[in-house]
Amino acid sequence: MSECKTIDARDTFCPGPLMELITYMKQASVGDTLELLSTDQGTASDVPEWVNKVGHEMVSSEKIGEVWHLKVRKTK
Amino acid sequence: MRILVVGGGCGGTILANNLARRLAGEIRDRKVRITMLSASDQHMYQPGLLYVAFGQMMPDELYRDQASLLEPSIDFHVDPVEEFQLEQNRVKTKAGKIHEYDVMVIATGSRIVPEEVPGLREGSETFYSEASAVKMFKSLREFEGGNVGIVVGVPHKCPIAPVEVTFSLHDYFKSRGIRDKVRIKYHYPIGRIHTIENVAKWAKPEFDRIGIEYETLFNVREVDVENKIVKSEEGTEFAYDLLISIPPHRGMEVIEKDKLGDGGWIPTDRHRLTMEGHDNVYVLGDTTNLPVSKTGSAAHFEAEVVAENIASIIKIGAPVREYDGKVYCFIEAGHDRATYAMFNYQNPPDLKAPNKSMHWFKMSYNKMYWTSVRGLL
Repeated sequence: MSECKTIDARDTFCPGPLMELITYMKQASVGDTLELLSTDQGTASDVPEWVNKVGHEMVSSEKIGEVWHLKVRKTK
Repeated sequence: MRILVVGGGCGGTILANNLARRLAGEIRDRKVRITMLSASDQHMYQPGLLYVAFGQMMPDELYRDQASLLEPSIDFHVDPVEEFQLEQNRVKTKAGKIHEYDVMVIATGSRIVPEEVPGLREGSETFYSEASAVKMFKSLREFEGGNVGIVVGVPHKCPIAPVEVTFSLHDYFKSRGIRDKVRIKYHYPIGRIHTIENVAKWAKPEFDRIGIEYETLFNVREVDVENKIVKSEEGTEFAYDLLISIPPHRGMEVIEKDKLGDGGWIPTDRHRLTMEGHDNVYVLGDTTNLPVSKTGSAAHFEAEVVAENIASIIKIGAPVREYDGKVYCFIEAGHDRATYAMFNYQNPPDLKAPNKSMHWFKMSYNKMYWTSVRGLL
């Protein structure tokens, strides 16, 4: 059964939101969706760039207040 | 009040010593007892491993007897926890003993898991253990030229290590007079050459200046040991003659076995440093799931907060401090220059140009660590 897990990477400079996402993607199962929360403005472009290059699926990306919410599905 | 500290690394030792001094009167009056359980009777200064890998420190410089670092009032046992029984406020050790507690601090650290990447253990050199650091030095010493690749697993302890080892490789081969025969290529998991933006902004022109190549968005998928090719999740590859790896890490096995946290990382309140759902259990250092660098520095600052709060709860019934995400990292920019990064949850690091003074400060700190871990610095 697929899971949806939230990763709270707000207010972090090291290891940073994308590194956090990669960590949790490694632990996730194929089909799981991860929601990344980030206050880093670069996240909105950094995450889709990596997701597209590695071949996972970008489900959604929206900014609510000062926080980016990015959902990514693990495909392989 | 029974306080149990699980783990005798940097964070656990600083915490226990700090607490023992704050609660000296209560311990003397037998109102408080501090017990530490550790897997080893030795304490290793882990940042020294990078220097061992380049022949700049000897392994025996990295160790002290753990008991010699602790306040005499701390009840120390070399007997690691094999089972956490949180609902009963107790743990069971390898020797089969039961330790009950009123407050527990978990500081069990992390471990390398190169086996998660096929071929990485066999095909690469690393410096995250004494044996591997010595082996890496011997490989460097025998290397006469060719392609050197640096690859980085996720997550990893000491986020500065990838750039430090790369600058050190440049200086090492330069000192041997063979730098012109060595191609150094650095590979990094995200889209810039370091996760801290200001470190990336500083390191990129430095890499350009000294001829270090780099590829970003490179997450190591496997190492073809026979053909000496390292391949990425993103579909690229690099043919190497010598491969240096920062292995991926996980928390300790007992954390995963007892389902305290996925990957061995325990869900932790980012300000109070308590384990989620367990207000009498604190978590320190690498063991947390916090979005904070896995470094001795973070463990150190967290330990000071937790020690002050446990002591204040005992003395006045309330905690007095919150952890603000503080981290301070030295950054060796080769063998004779260094800088540092200091940051917290709200403020990014403002990197200064590397200089010789900071390098010598780091070299001094390599000795001062033993004062620091006693909780005196």
